[in-house]
Amino acid sequence: MSCEINSTAPTLPLVARFRSAMVRRMSGDGFTSGRFSGEGLACRRGGRLVFAGLHFSVAPGGALVLRGPNGSGKTTLLRLMSGLTPSSSGHMAWDGTPVDDRDAHAARLRFVTHLDAVKPALTIMENLAFWMALWSGKVEDTVILKAMEALDLQRLSAFPARLLSAGQRHRLALARLMVAPAPLWLLDEPGNALDDASLTALAKMIADHRARGGMVVVASHGSAFVEGGMTLDVGAFSPKTPAHWSEEEE
Amino acid sequence: MHKFANPTQFMRIANAIFPWAAGLTVILFLVGLPIALVTSPADYQQGETVRIFYLHVPAAYMGVMVYAIIAVNSAAYLIWRHPMANLVARASAPVGAVFTALCLICGMLWGQPMWGTFWAWDARLTSTLIMFFIYLGYMALGDAFEDPERGDRAAAILALVGSINLPIIKFSVEWWNTLHQPSITSMQGFSVDGSMLTPLFLMMGAYTTFYISVLILRLRGELLAAKIRNARMSQVAISPAAQLAE
Amino acid sequence: MSVFSTVLARDLRLALRQSADSLTVVAFFAIATVLFPFGVGPEANILARIAGGVLWVTALLAALLSLDRVFTVDFEDGTLDQLILSGESLSLVVLAKVIAHWLTTGVPLIIMSPVLAVTLHLPAEGYAPLMLALLLGTPTVSLVGATGAALVLGTRRGGVLLSLLVLPLYIPVLIFGTAAVEAAVTGRSAGPMLMVLGGLMVLAASLSPWATAAALRQAVE
Repeated sequence: MSCEINSTAPTLPLVARFRSAMVRRMSGDGFTSGRFSGEGLACRRGGRLVFAGLHFSVAPGGALVLRGPNGSGKTTLLRLMSGLTPSSSGHMAWDGTPVDDRDAHAARLRFVTHLDAVKPALTIMENLAFWMALWSGKVEDTVILKAMEALDLQRLSAFPARLLSAGQRHRLALARLMVAPAPLWLLDEPGNALDDASLTALAKMIADHRARGGMVVVASHGSAFVEGGMTLDVGAFSPKTPAHWSEEEE
Repeated sequence: MHKFANPTQFMRIANAIFPWAAGLTVILFLVGLPIALVTSPADYQQGETVRIFYLHVPAAYMGVMVYAIIAVNSAAYLIWRHPMANLVARASAPVGAVFTALCLICGMLWGQPMWGTFWAWDARLTSTLIMFFIYLGYMALGDAFEDPERGDRAAAILALVGSINLPIIKFSVEWWNTLHQPSITSMQGFSVDGSMLTPLFLMMGAYTTFYISVLILRLRGELLAAKIRNARMSQVAISPAAQLAE
Repeated sequence: MSVFSTVLARDLRLALRQSADSLTVVAFFAIATVLFPFGVGPEANILARIAGGVLWVTALLAALLSLDRVFTVDFEDGTLDQLILSGESLSLVVLAKVIAHWLTTGVPLIIMSPVLAVTLHLPAEGYAPLMLALLLGTPTVSLVGATGAALVLGTRRGGVLLSLLVLPLYIPVLIFGTAAVEAAVTGRSAGPMLMVLGGLMVLAASLSPWATAAALRQAVE
């Protein structure tokens, strides 16, 4: 297994190695981050105003559960928090400073979308090693092993991911959270396709993350795996009147 | 600049311009066409064939101008997200493509008597043909997405990529042309007599005002279509049927 | 280990695991080239005259076919979201992916080209310039094609649309690539054309990753 890991490290001599000066790892075992908040956020998708005047705030160690009917914009809000989708108005702040550098913001978050981002041709080990190398700049067997153990994937580590079931692939996606620490976790319906044992494992992961001072934002229908989090009803920010294509109009 | 971003404001100005642009188009064509096609003197070398130039040259000019307008508006849309800049770019494209096609057709009609063939790989004609393809690609990309906004953004990026590439393509084609066909009469470089300038400028003016008029008409249509689309969207958003989506 | 080398290593590894994909591109290059003698007749002098142009056009088409999937798989399985959120410059990620694409399709095409040139009776002086021109030209093809591939992500007919967008932009590479072979065959120096190809590559390498990154960002917005 260790040779699997070593071979993940690229040894191309011709390739210049660009090294980021940015320090992305949090020191020690706790996060020293502040509060993540948003004010007056609005988002427009395909000409339709999904939500407007939305505000949220998550403290270190806190959790925010996004609720609302389908189409109310839970996924859109998560993508907005990640910086993938720009907001049409409003702003977000991290520790009081506005979030304007998308790359710097991206470095302090992990986003599990409804797409698993699993490469079928690579083994579970290689999949995780890739993400670890991408985010933390190094590959350590022990860290990857711990991540696999957290979601009970260690027995499958040498299997190509194409052999995995939907639930197992999703567990692999969740295991990514463990390979490189980041203070903010954005989870889109993380409980989907998971069995009871995995739901318990996920709950423990989230609890541990929060105990270290991490923050979690979850879009979910059942929140059994988040204890004592705050709830945000995204549907409450949907515009009640039909929105025309420009607010400036009329 | 920013006040033009507001569609209502923009259309107020555009609607005020429209009757003038449309009227001027009619007058310039009524005056320019007879001069260009009948009363202006024939060329001592090309004879009556030279009259095709009064349709061809302004069309070539408009093809390039409209592309420049698309590129500038695309940049404005990408940088400031001005919805009007996007609409101007998208609405201009078919007009520019038609001008480019007109330029090609006139060039071919001129080529038949001059070269004895409808198509020769003349540098200018070839560059124009490639620009026509780039217009086609721009329009095809803009319409290729389910979500119209994605089409807008992708097309805007393509317009900028194209604006960097067009000069490179033009110089490459000119160099290639000198390499292969030094013998034929080029379409460029014949001396323009003073008597030719009047019909040329009249036709250029007519084409320009025609473009402005058509652009305003197309913008009106686009804005109405956007309103209808958004009214429908809002209905979908409110109705329970929408809950199946996502 | 940087983001650049991580992504490059992963893409190379994936290409190696799915090496049939690269081989298909080379096979396309071969079969498309072999069609020409059937189209224009097997006379050696005619084939020798058009060999450079034929090889360049078929190489462009082969590269284009493979470009379709540079970002598509990552886009569909959610990897693209994660790459954009890598916290590092997306242009660097793009450059890594384009280099991986070039190494796995451009290089095999270059290696295959002299074999196909034999079937087209390319004069002996033409071989070195042909391969050098491909070496300098195919990176531009990959770079510009990647921008097109990023733009058509999520469209209904990505592949056909990609050809419409990108082929006109390949004309300068085609002109100078073919001219380099022609110059060498007719006893002139191919140097100036190769320098222009190099210049085009530098220009594409400096602008295209940036445009591609912008296109990718808007694709996942």
